[in-house]
Amino acid sequence: MKKSALGLGLLALLVLLVAPQFLKNYGIYLLTYWLVFIIATMGLNLTVGYAGQKSLGHAAFFGIGAYTVAILLKAGVSFWLGLPAAALICFVVGIILGFPALRVQTIYLAFATLGFNTAVWLVMRNEEWLTGGTFGINNIARPSVFGASLDGNLAYYYFTLVMALLLAALLWGLLRGPWGKAFTALRDNPIRAESLGVDTRAYTLLSFAIGAAYAGVAGGLFASLVQYIEPGPFAVGSSIMMYLMVVVGGPGYFFGPVLGAAVGVLLPEWLRFAQAWYLFVFGVVVVLMMIWLPDGLLSIPDRIRARKQSRLASETRAKAAQAAGAKA
Amino acid sequence: MTDFLQLFFSGMATGSIYALAALGFTLLWQASGTINFAQGEFVMLPAFIMIAFVSAGLPLLAAFLAACLVAVFLLGWVFKRGVVDPLFKYGMMPIVVATIGLSIAMRNGMRAGYSAEAYPFPSLFPYELFKVAGVTVTLSDVGTFAVALVLVLATQAFLARTVTGRAMQAVAQNSESASVLGINVPRMIFYTFAINAVLAVSAALLVAPTYLAKFDMGESLGTKAFFAAIIGGFNNSRGALLGGLIVGVSENLAAAYISPSYKDAVALVIFMVVILFKPQGLLGRKEERKV
Repeated sequence: MKKSALGLGLLALLVLLVAPQFLKNYGIYLLTYWLVFIIATMGLNLTVGYAGQKSLGHAAFFGIGAYTVAILLKAGVSFWLGLPAAALICFVVGIILGFPALRVQTIYLAFATLGFNTAVWLVMRNEEWLTGGTFGINNIARPSVFGASLDGNLAYYYFTLVMALLLAALLWGLLRGPWGKAFTALRDNPIRAESLGVDTRAYTLLSFAIGAAYAGVAGGLFASLVQYIEPGPFAVGSSIMMYLMVVVGGPGYFFGPVLGAAVGVLLPEWLRFAQAWYLFVFGVVVVLMMIWLPDGLLSIPDRIRARKQSRLASETRAKAAQAAGAKA
Repeated sequence: MTDFLQLFFSGMATGSIYALAALGFTLLWQASGTINFAQGEFVMLPAFIMIAFVSAGLPLLAAFLAACLVAVFLLGWVFKRGVVDPLFKYGMMPIVVATIGLSIAMRNGMRAGYSAEAYPFPSLFPYELFKVAGVTVTLSDVGTFAVALVLVLATQAFLARTVTGRAMQAVAQNSESASVLGINVPRMIFYTFAINAVLAVSAALLVAPTYLAKFDMGESLGTKAFFAAIIGGFNNSRGALLGGLIVGVSENLAAAYISPSYKDAVALVIFMVVILFKPQGLLGRKEERKV
């Protein structure tokens, strides 16, 4: 099983490396867009899927990251300082947003984070001196690396791919270690985790902060990708969408965001001509998935395996019962 | 001072509409542990249903009653049977996610299947101005407030005074002992869903004349209703009224005295203060955590 998963991963990587060579500019742009959202939802998957904190304010961090990079670039600061700054600011704001989570849980937390998102969005829309208000910020430059410009869509795609892989590896290492165990303990039973000596306070705050930092980096990459930002993509609706991407992909599955972001941003961009119908279908699918597949798309293999195991177990039981009956 | 009072009264009118949506929200929560993220869309859909009936030639009140019937079926029975019942056993979050999905589907279904335009909605009250002690108020503000207040109080009286209402409260408090006492639990829960649907239609009737009927009208209304419900106290029906009025009035005052562009942040700030210091809401009871 492990081997086939590894093979699948390598194959996917190969496709990601080679595919853009055969795509037109818009296709490459879309793939980059998808990668950016994978990074953002990877962070949210940590907060929601692994640590179990119901955050509906992720787009706010995404936006803070995007505006940080854009504003710093406009002020003449290098992208390579802007991106870490975006991550750092989001990390700090994430810790601050984590504090309500220490007092309230589940739905209250969802609304607190949703409210936070509204507040951030209002600042982006209203503080024209800083963010340009509804006009936004345009002509955001793309960075260059070791003198090589990343202006071209293909170059920027590979840059984003490298960033996504680095961040994924970082998250993978984090989740394999004791922190990962502490996060899942926090999700599965906070009171038991606390009684086992897990510092739930620290891990709650950390899960928000790290998730937020990922969104910050994604936002920075997003700003340079689209080169024009305005408050729209960072509204509450986007946060809800990101949450649904995590849920649809499979919360707590490492590769959930890859699938979730594909359903959440790749498909609707492709099917742009039918956007409202797409969203209608998407909403209906979310409802149906909650009923039939509440753990997301990536739980399908687990489910099939569980079913096979239970069938095997019942066959063995039946045989054992037959054998016992024959003896008697 | 007269400015202040004027803003205060029109805030009360808006707040009472929030209260209607918030009341349905808390009732659903108490009876079935359902957090309905599509509450705003539950107001949007009846607005369009009423427009359809009115343009088919029905008078407004008849359209309202007809819409109530449709809503009790669609937003009550179908919603309960199709979405809440299958998910009930999994706890709160799957229902939350499912109702988020439902709200996206309803909003975009309306946009794609019907129209993305804003539609004018006939008002229940003729346009008329009153002067009370130097303060000018519109008949529609007074009427909206009065109708909403009557509906909220009637719902509460129904819950507190009638046998059915008490049975519903028993189910909300402890569905197991309620069923031991011979109460038909599923039916009582359905009644709650039906009441929620009727409250949503009433909210639509009151809100649409001022804010127009549009596919995304539920977005901000739903959020305000949640905030109102939590501010007032999630497990207390009187809390919804209090929360709704607080949100409506303070929003109006803040828009005038602080900044109109930050109007939408007011509910949020009050909400944050409330959940940080009194998470159970102003009138709510504390709930214990279980391991």
